[in-house]
Amino acid sequence: MMDAPLPPLPPQMFTTSAQLLDLTDKKLLVSLRDGRKFIGVLRTWDQYANLVLQNTVERIIVDDMYCDIKRGVFIVRGENVLLLGEIDLDKEDFFPYRLAPHKEVFARQLEVQQEKKRKEKTHKKKLLQLGFETETEVTGL
Amino acid sequence: MLFFSFFKTLVDHEVTIELKNDLSIRGTLKSVDQFLNIKLDDITVIEEGNYPHLSAVKNVFIRGSVVRYVHLPANAVDTALLEDATRREAANTAAQKTR
Repeated sequence: MMDAPLPPLPPQMFTTSAQLLDLTDKKLLVSLRDGRKFIGVLRTWDQYANLVLQNTVERIIVDDMYCDIKRGVFIVRGENVLLLGEIDLDKEDFFPYRLAPHKEVFARQLEVQQEKKRKEKTHKKKLLQLGFETETEVTGL
Repeated sequence: MLFFSFFKTLVDHEVTIELKNDLSIRGTLKSVDQFLNIKLDDITVIEEGNYPHLSAVKNVFIRGSVVRYVHLPANAVDTALLEDATRREAANTAAQKTR
């Protein structure tokens, strides 16, 4: 399978399975392409990084506030996944954001998103005038 | 396969992955797979202020499809070997096409 002689590597399997096996049954932060963040326990996955998360919570962070929404069991299609982060349960306690009521967070999030959309629109327009095509794949942070 | 093999030689090196959403993450490359999905250990987010949600995360699995750049230390790359491998790969592909 390999054409060039490689230096002796530790006996790890360089496959998606091996990488995700490490993260199974762990509490993960899943960041999606649309900017949403979910925290849940990874139960199963496949080679496309399709995921099944249990006890999933969607965490919305805006300004200095955040709120959590319980989501239950989630199946995430792999193509939407940006990254999976293993949450260090010790570091988790130092979360410098205040838990705020859902309504407040949603309202503020809507404002921020609309402002962002406006800015991106003008940005895209300018780039288009100069002859650039902007990436449309990843929209969120 | 070439870049898969190439990244395997960079395991345990410190790299910075720049994602398509402009997020940059520095960490130790621990694993890579055929889709160029990347596992980084001990990560630091560049410009942490903009991305607060990763504060409690130490290791990440990054899906290959969302990577824009992989910033590497120049001294970790044997350019001669890489050129060689590329030439061989190009020759193989050409040979396969004419078959």
